[in-house]
Amino acid sequence: MIGSVLAWFTDPANWQGEDGIANRLLQHLGYTAMAVVLAALVAIPLGLWVGHTGRMRWLVSFANSVRAVPTLGLLFAVSLWLGPKIPGDLAFTVPSILVLALLAIPPLLAGTYAGIEAVDPAARDAARGVGMTSGQVLRQVEVPNGLPLMMSGFRSAVLQVVATATVAAIIGLGGLGRYLIDGIALGDYPQTAGGAILVAVLAVVLDGVFAFVQRRVVSPGLTGRHVGGRGKDSRSVAVEADRPSADVRSSA
Amino acid sequence: MTWLADNWQTVLTLAGRHLYLAGVPLVVGFLVSIPLGWVASRWSRSYPVIITSTGLLYTIPSLALFVVMPIVLGTRILDPVNVIVAMTIYTVALLVRTVADGLNAVPDDIEQAATAMGYRGVRRLLGVELPLAAPVISAGLRVAAVSNVSIVSVASILGVSQLGDLLLDGYNRVIWGELLTGIASCILLALALDAVIVGGTRVVTPWLRAQEARA
Repeated sequence: MIGSVLAWFTDPANWQGEDGIANRLLQHLGYTAMAVVLAALVAIPLGLWVGHTGRMRWLVSFANSVRAVPTLGLLFAVSLWLGPKIPGDLAFTVPSILVLALLAIPPLLAGTYAGIEAVDPAARDAARGVGMTSGQVLRQVEVPNGLPLMMSGFRSAVLQVVATATVAAIIGLGGLGRYLIDGIALGDYPQTAGGAILVAVLAVVLDGVFAFVQRRVVSPGLTGRHVGGRGKDSRSVAVEADRPSADVRSSA
Repeated sequence: MTWLADNWQTVLTLAGRHLYLAGVPLVVGFLVSIPLGWVASRWSRSYPVIITSTGLLYTIPSLALFVVMPIVLGTRILDPVNVIVAMTIYTVALLVRTVADGLNAVPDDIEQAATAMGYRGVRRLLGVELPLAAPVISAGLRVAAVSNVSIVSVASILGVSQLGDLLLDGYNRVIWGELLTGIASCILLALALDAVIVGGTRVVTPWLRAQEARA
């Protein structure tokens, strides 16, 4: 079984053209980027606002409760409802991207809100005390301090979208999910397993990349990361906030 | 509604299978993550290793994990065991961290008091630390339960039948009643499991209710 999966990977015919691995991988990344950006445009400003003002907290719990809706059912329902209203090939992609974006909203919203909410009230008061405006407090104090949780919400959203984009191949979306769905339909196990391995590797690599980005963008004051440049004098602050624990992960 | 009236027996059978496929991994995953989480909380050097490796498993998309299972386990592709093992992996990945953090949050003076009273090793874990960590662990368990119910429905694509069959069939044959029944039953099942966990937590943490009553 493993041999035939390897053979699928090493066959050059599987790497080129419309149905080739390179193209499917790019499609998958494209859908993921589109959906996450769309969701971020909605969820991040909303999360910042809820966290900053403390108003309408129910929005976050509402978004979280939406997670009980099975992703597969959501994909099918939106596709059946919107599909016939959209002409051409877009009938497959638009509903899928919409659902993917919808599913990325709860982790992004929860992460952003929780990040801002968890900022030490003393830091916030001090910022106001030195004369910062509300906008400055948000930009210069709350966002940098809330960044670890915001980033972990973002990473959950990315994983959620990568996973659901795979399943969305069943309603006609391209991307790596095609190998799984077509492979299952044809009873072609090497293709199915090959697709599964590709998707798994993609998810792990993407999460690794964003974990690295998170380490770079989060202030060293929060992570205890050592910053060079000052020689012996530069000391790192030992605060264990590198991997914040917040339940912003979700299903699929 | 007419669809449901005609097919409620099928729905019940599928709901039973769904409960089995989502519930067994929840219980097994819970039992596995307790010793793992305990190890992670007891020896701080093992914490990053355990948390990172389980986190890595959690990263793998569900459909992919279901499909790769036969290679790992040597099972047939349609075997429900694939789904159960995959779901158990997710449950463990989610819970180990909660268990470790929950146990770490038990105050030192309580642990010392328990030790002084003669509680040691496993007895201290089961008799003192675990009950005190119960609210935290329960929160993790609730997340795992709801996400398990949602993920299991994906297994229909592989031909492992449960409530996801209603979604797939409703979509393929454009029967809205069936599709919506499938979605609603999944949500109801998730809420029911959630309620069971909330109720169970109340039973094992009677002191929290006593505090509420006093306050």
